[in-house]
Amino acid sequence: MIEGIDITHILIVSTCMFFIGVYGFLVRRNLITILMATELILNAVSINFVVLNKFIYPDVLQGYMFSVFIIAIAAAEAAVAIAIIINVYRRYRTINVENVHDMKY
Amino acid sequence: MSFESLLLMRHELVLLLAIVLLLIAEIGTNDSQKSIISPLAIILFALHTIVGFLPLQEGSLFGGMFNTTNIVATMKNILNLGVLIILLQSWKWLNATENRVKVSEFYIVLFSTLLGMFYMISAGDFLMFYIGLEIATIPLAALAAFNRHENKSAEAGIKLLLSSALSSGILLYGISMIYGTTGSIYFAEISQSFKGFEPIQVMAMIFFFSGMAFKISLVPFHLWTADVYEGAPVSITSYLSVISKGAAAFVFMIILFTVFKLFTPVWQDMMTAIAILTMTIGNLFALRQNNLKRYLAFSSIAQAGFILLGIISGTATGMATVVYFILIYIFSNLSAFGVVSIISAYTGKDSISDLNGMYKTNPKLSLALTLALFSLAGIPPVAGFFGKFFLFTAAAEKDFYILVLIALLNTIVSLYYYLMPVKAMFINKSESPIAYFKTDKISQLGLAISIIGMVVIGFASPVYEKILSFCFGI
Repeated sequence: MIEGIDITHILIVSTCMFFIGVYGFLVRRNLITILMATELILNAVSINFVVLNKFIYPDVLQGYMFSVFIIAIAAAEAAVAIAIIINVYRRYRTINVENVHDMKY
Repeated sequence: MSFESLLLMRHELVLLLAIVLLLIAEIGTNDSQKSIISPLAIILFALHTIVGFLPLQEGSLFGGMFNTTNIVATMKNILNLGVLIILLQSWKWLNATENRVKVSEFYIVLFSTLLGMFYMISAGDFLMFYIGLEIATIPLAALAAFNRHENKSAEAGIKLLLSSALSSGILLYGISMIYGTTGSIYFAEISQSFKGFEPIQVMAMIFFFSGMAFKISLVPFHLWTADVYEGAPVSITSYLSVISKGAAAFVFMIILFTVFKLFTPVWQDMMTAIAILTMTIGNLFALRQNNLKRYLAFSSIAQAGFILLGIISGTATGMATVVYFILIYIFSNLSAFGVVSIISAYTGKDSISDLNGMYKTNPKLSLALTLALFSLAGIPPVAGFFGKFFLFTAAAEKDFYILVLIALLNTIVSLYYYLMPVKAMFINKSESPIAYFKTDKISQLGLAISIIGMVVIGFASPVYEKILSFCFGI
């Protein structure tokens, strides 16, 4: 543990990260940037798990294990997402969501 | 722990074995021998479905991470039946020349998503639940983008993947709050350590609720549904609308009943509002659709609203009606999708106006689609009526009278749009109706199973009573 930094500070950082991610997901127009926003959300959750485990429940490992699995699954998700984005680029010649709109109400 | 206790995972182990065998078959065949993959996959899956019905012990594995109970095994069997029908119905589309080279990918990826759903339903802690959920959704996005040369398919894939990533992020944030306040991720320990209405725990439940609402496509979170359903290949659309939605509804119900039972008043209030919104908006948007897949997408949103009526009661009857309704919904929706996929595989058409005058040229298909739509609307002789009737009874037992009234009004609205394709087929005249075509035997078999199920299950009360004997309330 670092001197002078307690759990509140880290939780504030992770909460900010989570909402920056949600904001970025809704506002950004580039598919890769949207993917980065979802990674921000997942990383905020990982930080949450690690910090809660370290500060509040130091005698169990569930939080650490959970964050390891979140990282692995986020990697799998990014792999599939990038494969599909490449396919979108080949089809539409752009990855801007405003131009990828064959289907609308 | 002995090896015999691993047999509690029999559904998963057999399915995994099928996946491995398919992988070996894929490696061991060259391009000209690929035609054996489809029959092999269907036979393996049929065996897996039959093995699933053998009696199974109850118990839990890995310190409570994995639970097997009778109701969980029943849910898995229902999903198996649905997937078997989908495999039969997608035969013609998969054996088209442009898909011949990627047949085995289709089966392997589809079976992996089903494996994920099995683990998700059996989960006894949030880690297993989350891993199952992601195994179930990430490959589905790849399947939605299966038609690599179509713009719409790629668009559907990226929309499904990104919105499900956001929803699982929100869900995970809720889980992290629960972990922070209770110190555990096991369902049994969490439900014991909830004491009162702690604001942060209620907040966590709302995060969890909205994450799951994405998966079942309840209304404020339904916007991805119509686009993904339209863009994905028909077989994947039917898989998304019955199997994926059914599995998510099952696990949502189990977690609300076991983990969040202390917060029942809170989630009942939320669910009342969301059920009303979901039914109304799903029905109203379905009125103005012309594309058949989009139309069935909004119909499935409205059906999800009806499913909530059973969950909201929180009783064993409610759980039994939900499982029974989903069983009927699988059969009726798959009959509708079966006809749609046959029409689109043979003629490439998929809008309601294309159906004009189809009764003259293809009377059997028209009758099948009519029966399926009657069942979805809930008209008596077909099973859909009994499913809806039981759901309304379950909600009325717990005094949700206003909700039931609104649901009834919505059923009337839905009658109008469910009869639109029927009117197109039987009454509207057309200069160039869809020409007569002969359907292949395997697609016929898939359609026949789902129609027989749809007609018979409504009258088979032992099925309902068997399900009810397994269920539990709050």
